[in-house]
Amino acid sequence: MPLVKNARIATDLFVHVADGAELPGDGDVLVSAQRLLDDPETLLKRPGKVGVVWPNNRAVDDLVPHLNRLAAVALVFPSFRDGRAYSQARLLRERHGYDGELRATGQVLRDQFVFMVRAGFDAFDVKKDADADAFAETVKRYSVFYQPTGDGRVAAFNRRMQLRHSESAGQ
Amino acid sequence: MYAYDELDRTLINERVSEFRDQVKRRLSGELTEDEFKMLRLQNGVYLQLHAYMFRVAIPYGTLSSKQLRRLAHVGRRYDRGYGHFTTRQNIQFNWIKLSDLPDALADLADVGIHAMQTSGNNMRNVTSDQWAGVAPGEVEDPRIWSEILRQHTTLHPEFSFLPRKFKIAITASEHDRAAIKVHDIGLRLHKNADGETGFEVLVGGGLGRTPFIGKTIKPFVLGRDILSYVEAILRVYNQYGRRDNIYKARIKILVHELGIEKFSREVDEEWKQMDGGGLTLDHSVVEEVRSRFSYPPYEKLPHMPDELKQAAADPLFERWRKNSVAPHKVQGYSIVTLSLKPVGGPPGDATADQMDAVADLADKYSFGEIRVGHEQNLALPHVAKRDLPKLWRALDRLGLATPNVNLVTDIIACPGLDYCSLANARSIPIAQELTRRFANHDTAEMIGRLHINISGCINACGHHHVGHIGILGVEKNGEEFYQITIGGRADEHAQMGELIGPAVPYAEVADVIEDIVEAYLALRDRPGELFVDTVKRLGVEPFKERVYATR
Ligand code: HEM
Ligand code: SF4
Repeated sequence: MPLVKNARIATDLFVHVADGAELPGDGDVLVSAQRLLDDPETLLKRPGKVGVVWPNNRAVDDLVPHLNRLAAVALVFPSFRDGRAYSQARLLRERHGYDGELRATGQVLRDQFVFMVRAGFDAFDVKKDADADAFAETVKRYSVFYQPTGDGRVAAFNRRMQLRHSESAGQ
Repeated sequence: MYAYDELDRTLINERVSEFRDQVKRRLSGELTEDEFKMLRLQNGVYLQLHAYMFRVAIPYGTLSSKQLRRLAHVGRRYDRGYGHFTTRQNIQFNWIKLSDLPDALADLADVGIHAMQTSGNNMRNVTSDQWAGVAPGEVEDPRIWSEILRQHTTLHPEFSFLPRKFKIAITASEHDRAAIKVHDIGLRLHKNADGETGFEVLVGGGLGRTPFIGKTIKPFVLGRDILSYVEAILRVYNQYGRRDNIYKARIKILVHELGIEKFSREVDEEWKQMDGGGLTLDHSVVEEVRSRFSYPPYEKLPHMPDELKQAAADPLFERWRKNSVAPHKVQGYSIVTLSLKPVGGPPGDATADQMDAVADLADKYSFGEIRVGHEQNLALPHVAKRDLPKLWRALDRLGLATPNVNLVTDIIACPGLDYCSLANARSIPIAQELTRRFANHDTAEMIGRLHINISGCINACGHHHVGHIGILGVEKNGEEFYQITIGGRADEHAQMGELIGPAVPYAEVADVIEDIVEAYLALRDRPGELFVDTVKRLGVEPFKERVYATR
């Protein structure tokens, strides 16, 4: 599974540590929600960054108290049909101000990139190599967006108002 | 009419190019059928019994003549020369090749038509009153709000993979022609005591396997807050809606399982946190959308023109006029319904030639505008009364002047076993047989308003639950049987019909319906009492007796 970050294929610096397995002495680790919640202090004291894999059926409210100490949050798409993580992503970014890495994992395919980027994801565990290669091109597919989200793009309703203003200013 | 601007056009074209790429990847095998399925559904493409089926959106049922001509073109060029108008104000083409679809979409995009989200687990085409903007006494044109919602929900980055499909309908009239109580969200535009415009919001209605009437979650939400409120509902649904069982995944089940009080607390909680955010609609944004709806330059016309007085001598014209012509908010104009229910025809079908001809008539007599209603009929929304006789003659030649609107042969039917891979039984031939049985206009007129709705399976595409008489195809030992319900309705008094007894075999359905109608004629307290009102007054028992006593 290639990782796409900052719009290009990147090396995953996080080591995925299974529940019950011993933590490496240093380096960046990605752990389960349960492991984080069971003993956040031990995790966060060790050298190296911590990321968490947060399941899509658990409210992000439980994650919020730890957010500012996490370097990555990975949200899960168990199938491409299951869109719960889109809501979680927007809540983390827009409501709780999370600005670390937000990673999409699971069934991550090319045709969801635009939705994911708009919802706030900035890292992608992409399922197919060809999709990862096509990332930069695919996310440029749309230039018009109807809804405002935390990605900061101006939605069509507002763009029209801007266009009107600039037209009337130019007259 | 609503005019798309550069932004809308750009988005549709970008969508076409994305779909062209997706089809290419499917044809080359790069995408599996499972991966492609969701993508094609989001573009209205089903795989049916015999071929791919293509469902095109007609937002809030409004079409320009140019758009209708383009639909005719798609029917002619890529299909078998016709299209099928559906209960969701869409049009479906039943015989289309996958490799042709990107071209068909591109042809449609040229005139501002798309197929985005006409299927799939996302927000579907927003439906509304087919008389929007012309119905007398309407609060305001509900299409302005339908369009705002259409835009907001199109390619929404949070709600394109919901637990299940999601449907919103809007009305702004006292008489509900949009069936808002059987939608996931129903919106009723009205004014509060301070004269502000806002919505009563209903949630959790729907038909299908588990039918529910929607419940009011908020009696009044200001227009400027409607996007944030709808977004709050959807966010709660996206997170808590069931995904373990597709039969329990609709929002109606979540509302039912939590109870409307608990559900509405959840929504309020979410909404409170969104309050004042980017979704609050500026007055100027609403006005900008409003400004892109244009209304015809109506003339000042007499209420009763000479042409109409003269034509009244012709009983055939009068019969059609009484049946198909409705009052318009502007004096001297009418709304004319074009019946797509000829005797012996499949309900809702129109040939490409008929579509072209209707487009020409719309240019001549209705300022180039056409409407599609959920009853599977068309309408010309702005016809000067003086033109009615000429229009009638033209429609008659096209087979579109059957004077049966709202009568017993104005049947709603899904495609059933003739096209649909999910069907248990045929729908269309039942509808055709019934239109023959009740072909006599005098009898039909004596019976009065009576809606028969037919679905070929429990999914209820033909809205059988809310038919005054509902017919549902079921399968027993490999044979087609039909359950019959009576007393349903889809208007402001919406309710589900009640079963009258055991299912009957295919061959007996028409006889049974005739028995029910005869029973009604004998039981009604006066000629004006509607069938549904008689059922309400007496219950199903007397009908059941009449039907089953001899069987
Ligand atoms: C021919 C292919 C079609 C297929 C495969 C199909 C499939 C389905 C399915 C699976 C449902 C049940 C969804 C649910 O309740 O969860 C459904 C419901 C529905 N469909 Fe269709 N349908 C087809 C055609 C149509 C047509 C032609 C119409 C309109 C005439 C239509 C309009 C509806 C409506 C109004 C519902 C109502 C249920 C509701 O959401 O409350 N469908 N359809
Ligand atoms: S009701 Fe059933 S048979 Fe009819 S169109 Fe819908 S899914 Fe097909």
